[in-house]
Amino acid sequence: MGVLNRRQIAWRAAQDFWDGMLVNLGLGMPVNCSDYVRAGLEVVVQSENGIIGMGPLAAAEAADADLVDAGSRRVTIAPGGTVIDSAWSFAMIRGGHIDVTVLGAFEVAANGDLANWDSRIPDKGPLVGGAMDLAASAKAVWVMMEHNTRSGGARLLEACTLPLTAPGCVKRIYTDIAVIEVTQAGFVVLEVIEEVSRAALQARTGAPLRFAAACGVLRAPDIADEE
Amino acid sequence: MAIDKRVGSAAAAVSDVRDGATVMISGFGGAGFANDLVLALRDRAVRGLTLIVNSATHPLSFTHTLIEAGMVAKVICSAARGRGKGLSAFEQLWKDGKIELVALPQGTFAECIRAGGAGIPAFYTPSGYGTDLTLGKETRRFGGRDYVLEEALVADVALVRGDVADRFGNMTFRYAQKNFGPAMATAAKLTIAEVRAVQDAPIAPELVELPGVYVNRVIVAGGV
Repeated sequence: MGVLNRRQIAWRAAQDFWDGMLVNLGLGMPVNCSDYVRAGLEVVVQSENGIIGMGPLAAAEAADADLVDAGSRRVTIAPGGTVIDSAWSFAMIRGGHIDVTVLGAFEVAANGDLANWDSRIPDKGPLVGGAMDLAASAKAVWVMMEHNTRSGGARLLEACTLPLTAPGCVKRIYTDIAVIEVTQAGFVVLEVIEEVSRAALQARTGAPLRFAAACGVLRAPDIADEE
Repeated sequence: MAIDKRVGSAAAAVSDVRDGATVMISGFGGAGFANDLVLALRDRAVRGLTLIVNSATHPLSFTHTLIEAGMVAKVICSAARGRGKGLSAFEQLWKDGKIELVALPQGTFAECIRAGGAGIPAFYTPSGYGTDLTLGKETRRFGGRDYVLEEALVADVALVRGDVADRFGNMTFRYAQKNFGPAMATAAKLTIAEVRAVQDAPIAPELVELPGVYVNRVIVAGGV
């Protein structure tokens, strides 16, 4: 089984969705969660540009340039869905009506600080988008990310080194090797893959880990990774 | 005299936009860009514009044509990053200090416009608190939570894309075309709409998504 690929991380996060929840899925890895909602559940997906009850990506012949998600992808509206304007959509977000937002991240700190909007690329313009609103005001912020940087550096840290998106907001982290809850006492591991020992997980993490009493094995079904 | 907000062309609709105007432009993700009006504005070659637009760099918006033409002094937006590693026209001008940038969280951006059209001069929001983006802004604690004071945005002109309009300026929007359009229409002294179709008959009251009282001029988009 081993390390989870990006789609398997999305699958794992989606296993924690519940019936009737209102969820906002961030660009990149998180949008894939909607492909793995457990059978029998109805989940309402909110897109920051105002789609309430977003369906899957549109088939080519049904694609409509006026029906796009936050990543400019042509999508569909699920049964019961509708579209509101951006001011209302963000009023919904700031008003605390979103049960969970699943976001990508560069770094997360043990106190829940999130850094996901500015990786300090020289001279490139800022891309704030809706991340700060979502991170500040969703009832729960879940993060999907690779546990380490390409060079093996830690992304889960005592304190973020990159500019913050919002302080103290992250509740849960899904990585390619572990599921971690962010608590008052810092990172608590809920699941870790079989191939990584507790000591190895700690070595790959930049802040102290605790392990939940019921800490389990992180597994996902075989799913081909995105390109 | 009967109300009729229909105008013959995009060029005529923007003919009195002046140097230094503040211009709101609708659109998000390829939906609802007022591109006919943007191109007509570019052809006017006015200078020193302030643009209030969600993205300064979206490839499907023609906002970049105003920037490339050197007509823009300042951009207020939530996204200003061009695709790829190279620099977009906006990023190059920004790097060279030739264009001023105000970046806001998208929800703050939207609410600033809504507030501007609703007579609210400023408001407290939790978005961006504790981040570099709101450094120096006034903060205040309510009920144990910290908020940032943000000032409303208003404009001289709003360029808004919709689906159908009637002669009263009443409008409908298709799906995600709506985005910033309805709020921008409330926050500008002059709102110009481009739509797929105009009709003589009034849009049924229960279908109107933006009342025509907020819309001054309407043109039919040419399919840009």
